[in-house]
Amino acid sequence: MELTIFIIVAVLSVVSALGVIFNKNVVYSALFLLVNFLTIAVFYLMLNAQFLGMVQILVYAGAIVVLILFVVMLLGEQLGEDISSWVTPANGVIIVLALILLTIIGTAVTDYPTTGAKGDFTPELIQEYGQAEMIGVTLFTDYLLSVQLAGVLLLVGIVGVIWLARNDEQLPATGDVPTKEA
Amino acid sequence: MPIEFPVLNFFALSPIIVVIVLALVVMFMDMLSSDKTVLGYLTVFGLFGALMPCVPLLNQTKAPTFQNMVVSDGYAVVFYIIFIVTALLSSLIALTYLENRGMQQGEYYILILLSTSGMMLMAASTDLIVTFLGLEIMSIALYVLAGFNRRSISSGEAGLKYFLLGAFASAFFLYGVAFIYGATGSTNIHEIGGWFSTNEIYQSNPIALVGLALLIIGFAFKVAAVPFHWWTPDVYHGAPTSATAFMAVGAKAAGFAALVRILAISFGGVFTVQWQIAISLLAVITMTSGNIAALAQKDVKRMLAYSSIAHAGYLLVGVAALPASNELYRVQAVSGLLFYLMSYAFMNIGAFAVVALLEKQGKIGTKLSDYTTLSTRQPFVAFVMLLFMFSLTGIPPFIGFWGKWYIFWAAVDANLGWLAAIGMINSAISAFYYLSVVVQMYMHTEQADVETTPIALPAPIAIAVTVTAMFTLLFGLWPTPLINLMSLAVFG
Repeated sequence: MELTIFIIVAVLSVVSALGVIFNKNVVYSALFLLVNFLTIAVFYLMLNAQFLGMVQILVYAGAIVVLILFVVMLLGEQLGEDISSWVTPANGVIIVLALILLTIIGTAVTDYPTTGAKGDFTPELIQEYGQAEMIGVTLFTDYLLSVQLAGVLLLVGIVGVIWLARNDEQLPATGDVPTKEA
Repeated sequence: MPIEFPVLNFFALSPIIVVIVLALVVMFMDMLSSDKTVLGYLTVFGLFGALMPCVPLLNQTKAPTFQNMVVSDGYAVVFYIIFIVTALLSSLIALTYLENRGMQQGEYYILILLSTSGMMLMAASTDLIVTFLGLEIMSIALYVLAGFNRRSISSGEAGLKYFLLGAFASAFFLYGVAFIYGATGSTNIHEIGGWFSTNEIYQSNPIALVGLALLIIGFAFKVAAVPFHWWTPDVYHGAPTSATAFMAVGAKAAGFAALVRILAISFGGVFTVQWQIAISLLAVITMTSGNIAALAQKDVKRMLAYSSIAHAGYLLVGVAALPASNELYRVQAVSGLLFYLMSYAFMNIGAFAVVALLEKQGKIGTKLSDYTTLSTRQPFVAFVMLLFMFSLTGIPPFIGFWGKWYIFWAAVDANLGWLAAIGMINSAISAFYYLSVVVQMYMHTEQADVETTPIALPAPIAIAVTVTAMFTLLFGLWPTPLINLMSLAVFG
């Protein structure tokens, strides 16, 4: 039963990921991305990580895809370029390299199961307290610094975006045209 | 689930906290003050304040804090000093540079400070999660700084290019962390090292090896090592020169800070042969192609960008020397690396300060031919540029010579004599392009059609070039105090 669900979702996941790359319409690509995020949420649920699955749906499927769609809709015609053919020498090299990397990682993962130390959180504990509570407690004790640093990271993002997006005056473009040489 | 609130040692992180709070103060003052120059001076003096807690921290033995997420050991504190000095000097350059092109803005200093805090976190971090957060805090601020000049097309190009490729490299890093976590069950670098030493049968687990390889790729991008360097020339050339000075030194030092700690502690006992070979090869191609590409450059800013790739190669020689046969050699390799980074901060920021000063308003005037007759137009600046160029080449008695001396010596001690030899050959090659700047400044004085108007030297940038030139010369003649400082840099 579980295997059947996994195979269905896995095929859907790979197909939608390919759809993101090969679709010529950016809106369709974004919608394929949504499907891909949802399948990953299903994977998390199947691995007994219900909290992570819900966060995946809320944050990625809910917020990020909507944001991407917003940008696509606002920019509209300016986005995208016509790709006449995917079969180019450069893409061939990229595919070969990607296959080599996939083979190495795939062999490593399938031949040698992950061997890491087990954490403190047994299934019984999770049964008793629930995942959300345990993740919350861990975040605000063991991982307190990470939570605070994530706040600093958001601050950096906000300051940077405000500067780049500010449009207080019409500035003439100056400077060299972008250089092409390596 | 009962909550046990942990005891937090805030003092151990006080330099980082001071820098972040300073960024918030600058942000607040930005609202009140219409004169943005004040914010630059506030940044400079505030950074002196961040140096203060480093002194007691240096004398105190290791203090792990925040549930072993970070540690305040000598290694971290010496890196704090390098980052704060880098931020301080580049803010001084920015005070003049931004003023000259009408971009004096509070956001610039906020981003410099937040980026510095990210670098400091990378040096102090003993957990891959914190390393990643530090890396992102640093990088995102740097992406914006690279594209800070919104009027310039090439600055915009630099910001976008850095952002896209940098996000890609961050993904590599995270992928590597995930594999290492899968293999060892921990993101704490001490626990990763401990896992390998207590579970010897898993020491050849290829999942961890794949993770390590991806981790090295992520860092190689951040320190601009060949073949992950394609962004470097365009980004360094397009970014505002004061930001280039900051990222060339700071981002490089931060990348090495985290890389060395992870390699020495987590992977000091496993896969040493593999990563030593990988780092050595990276070092060879980085030094060689960086230097050869720099030879062809006709633009000083671009030439310095390629030279910074070459310097990443010399530093990688020091990293390759880490798996030395005994503890003494290992300590020497680490302190040699830190000495090199500190010396690189002085001479490279000095050189970029000169470039920033000479850059013409409006378009990038950094051509080598623009430096003709500099010795008559502005003798002092020409003289300090001469010091920086000699020092970057590694000619004694300047600070750059001692940096190379310690790194190559560490390589010889680690039985990597061939690597040190390649490094020395490369130093000789680099003399061609560094000295061509000197030739241009001093020898080509008779040309008729060149400008002869004197160049003004505003106070902030004058302080920056004077201080860097002084340290370049002073620590070159008498390196002992700096070496003593670097020898305090031991892992906690």
